[in-house]
Amino acid sequence: MTATATNTTPLATGADARMRVAQVLLASALLLAAGKGLLPQVLIRPPDWLVWPFADWINAFFAFLRDDLGLIHVTRAFADGVEWLLDVTANLLYGKNRWPRIGPIPWTVIAITAAAIGYYLNGWRLALLAGLTFVWVAVMGQWEWTMETLSVILVAAPVSVLLGLLTGTLAWKSPTFRKILNPLLNVAQSLPHFAYMIPVVVFIGVGPKAGAIVTIIFSVPPMIRMTLLGLQKVPPEVIEAGHMAGATRWQLLRHVRLPTARSDLLVGVNQVIMQCLAMVVLASFIGMPGLGQKLLQLLQGLKIGRSIEIGITIVLLAVMLDRCSKAWATKQPEHLEKGTSWLIRHRILVIWASLATLFWALSLVFPLLHEIGRREAFSLSDPLDAIMDWIIVTLDPITQWLRWFLIVWVLIPLRDGMLWLPFSAVLVFLMAVGWAVGGRRSALICLAYFGLIAMSGWWDRAMITVYTVTFAVFLATLIGFPLGIWGSRSEGRARAVLLVCDTLQTFPSFIYLIPVIMLFGVNDVAVVGAVVLFAAVPLIRYTIEGLRGVPEAQIEAANMSGASRKQTLWSVRLPLALPTIMVGVNQSVMFSLFMVIIAAFIGTQDLGQEMQRALSSSDVGKGLVLGLAVAFMGLMVDHLVTVWARRRRKALGLEA
Amino acid sequence: MPNKAILPAAALALASMSAAHAADSSDPIIIPTHNWSSQIVMSHVVGQIFESMGNSVEYVSTDSQAVYESVRLGDVTLELEVWEGAFGPAFEAALEKGGLHDAGDHNAVTREDWWYPAWTKDACPGLPDWQALNDCAELFATPETGDKGRFLGGPVDWLKHDQERVEALGMDFVVVNAGSASALWAEVAAAERDKRPVVIFNWTPNFVEALYPGEFVEFPEYVEGCKDDPSVGPNPNATYDCGNPANGYLKKAAWDGMPDKWPNAYAVLQKISFTNPQIAEMAKLVDIDEFEPEDAAAEWLEQNEDVWKPWVEGGA
Repeated sequence: MTATATNTTPLATGADARMRVAQVLLASALLLAAGKGLLPQVLIRPPDWLVWPFADWINAFFAFLRDDLGLIHVTRAFADGVEWLLDVTANLLYGKNRWPRIGPIPWTVIAITAAAIGYYLNGWRLALLAGLTFVWVAVMGQWEWTMETLSVILVAAPVSVLLGLLTGTLAWKSPTFRKILNPLLNVAQSLPHFAYMIPVVVFIGVGPKAGAIVTIIFSVPPMIRMTLLGLQKVPPEVIEAGHMAGATRWQLLRHVRLPTARSDLLVGVNQVIMQCLAMVVLASFIGMPGLGQKLLQLLQGLKIGRSIEIGITIVLLAVMLDRCSKAWATKQPEHLEKGTSWLIRHRILVIWASLATLFWALSLVFPLLHEIGRREAFSLSDPLDAIMDWIIVTLDPITQWLRWFLIVWVLIPLRDGMLWLPFSAVLVFLMAVGWAVGGRRSALICLAYFGLIAMSGWWDRAMITVYTVTFAVFLATLIGFPLGIWGSRSEGRARAVLLVCDTLQTFPSFIYLIPVIMLFGVNDVAVVGAVVLFAAVPLIRYTIEGLRGVPEAQIEAANMSGASRKQTLWSVRLPLALPTIMVGVNQSVMFSLFMVIIAAFIGTQDLGQEMQRALSSSDVGKGLVLGLAVAFMGLMVDHLVTVWARRRRKALGLEA
Repeated sequence: MPNKAILPAAALALASMSAAHAADSSDPIIIPTHNWSSQIVMSHVVGQIFESMGNSVEYVSTDSQAVYESVRLGDVTLELEVWEGAFGPAFEAALEKGGLHDAGDHNAVTREDWWYPAWTKDACPGLPDWQALNDCAELFATPETGDKGRFLGGPVDWLKHDQERVEALGMDFVVVNAGSASALWAEVAAAERDKRPVVIFNWTPNFVEALYPGEFVEFPEYVEGCKDDPSVGPNPNATYDCGNPANGYLKKAAWDGMPDKWPNAYAVLQKISFTNPQIAEMAKLVDIDEFEPEDAAAEWLEQNEDVWKPWVEGGA
């Protein structure tokens, strides 16, 4: 581990020693598996004394927090505060009967406001995007649901940003707090969404406020990270200058450090917004109103066309908010000459105010400018349904065969194999992988993560999850890797492929479930199919970014030495891009783990199915144990890939 | 059993009578909605009835199992569809903990059991008899079930004991659990394309009846004790050797605080009773006629004034 690239000999021997230990471990894993018949039961499945009642402990802890410490009063008070804010936005946006009782604001006025903000941030194109997004929403008759969704996001995102800023600053101030916070954030970011929801139901209840709070919890970690990162990056010279100007500590933070970290903070804001949109559908399981709830209802009635319309709206909102927040991040302050009149300085404000007033007045005369009801609205659902039908019918012969082949020859044998393996063999095998990648420390980390999974008592189900995810990531690599290579050939292609990736990723995952069932039926093929769709996205993205990020000079050198295009790809570009591609693999595993939990709605027998049960019985302990089991799988892969990529980058001289 | 249910309801009714002329609180009555259309429309129908009486109403979408915990705590005020088969256990568990009570039955009866779409009968003419179904088991085989038939059950947390039944009756079927109701419908929709025989878990009243006509499989009739006592039913050594009750209850449940806080609305709630056709009609307005739930409720109320007006007028 300590060997560095300065001297090649210790590096080589270090690697050799590592490999030897790994080989020994691998051999013992194989031996354990081969000799399964001779093994005592203790080594085949975790014995009772090894399975600890974590769920009961967590439940006892939560009961203590809630009832003895009275935390429920605190959370309910916080929830009431959030609810008050939600009522205000709800009144303004869709006229819920609460203070200030002004709303609902006509859709035309909101569209104009969005366009004005877009123009202010980045000119005409963003103005068009923002304005037209709202026109689409209104024309498609989704106004009320969209406003319900936005009323929650408008509260959740700022609260989340504020909390993130606060926690991030605290973490930056106190190294101890940072040490505690870091692993917590790691776990929080790999915990499946459903695991968060159960405690929220217990402490907050259901409804819009619960939806808002689960969204806040889910979106706050990236903000904390970006705040910490931004503050740590502030150069000492800037602080010096602040000191010299005689700034107090608070002034230094408020006027020097935070503004200098601005771009990192705004990246955090952007991530918060994206996470909020990702929660739109999931949070509706605990009562968040709006698009997500409507989407689930429509899917229940197999109305795919109309669900896709809602999916498009969610994507449009995401793109718009993403562009706006990015434009805000890069926007430079405007400097106008002294003496410019007030009207010119505030011309956008003036134009907005007059247009908004005009249209508000007009909307009182023409109700269509105020709200477009479902009956007057357009719908693309008929053509969309027809397209979906056509796709399914055309693919049917292929999918029937594929389904039979995959189930009989691949999935069932694989699954039975995974379940047949003694747990000790799996643990030793993972240690071998860990040792090969990062030596003893990594081996122990692998053992700890999967050892805990074994101790949770969910070993069999965890293995089914592992099998689904492994196979899905494997398929995703087969698809994503060539596509990524193809996409990296030119700037135009890259942009087109990345656009498709972004869309696939923001499109609500639930919509995929129904067509996948129609194609493959309720079985593991459908589950794998749904997961692959998600797992391929980061692979394609990072393959493209890795390949396009290879330094020009290296490629030129290869060309000069007369390498063919194929040779350059295989011997120069791919090896150099591999560390970045592996980050893609890492993310692919993360995405698969999230998706495999959602795929429980198709019908699985893995951790996801139990998670669903835990949610419907509000069992906090069980939900968290299952969630942590999933998180540990992700964290183990993350650890291995990070260590491997760092080592590889060093060896390639890409990083000191 | 029915007596037990009626007594506390009657006592509460008396209690609310004594507070007869007290006005309803101006706080909103919170009605939970779930993920099937008849329940959503019914919630809006009742909500709009309450609104017509001057109450304010809010809707919140919740999980259909977890909702009883919320009713108990008063986070939501009532629940309009308590299905005996699906939610009976959750409801009774909450009843035991206290905080909510039985607010009377609907006229409608519910049934949940194995079900097949009409085209299945062409391939297996002996249906709906369960033995005939068993003889056709191979028709229902899928790659993952080998040569046994596949029965697509509901999500495991619905606790339907299909596996036990298959074993008790010695059927050549494998139970595969779908993860959600949507998955069940998607499977039927896919089967319709090539008229493939399928047998799934289904219930009535349900919108699917309107989209895909079909029938329930007739299992040995349900008798009291068949689920707990091995000696009851055709197989003397096994429990669950019978179908589900063909006439389960459909109840309303209310938060214990409701009669005091909204006495007038509560009085109406007790009178509310929908029939199977009325519930099917509500679902149809959304699922087939593509109304929004709010509009569907308004439409239904307009067409059925003679049904609901008496509930309100008698109550005030």
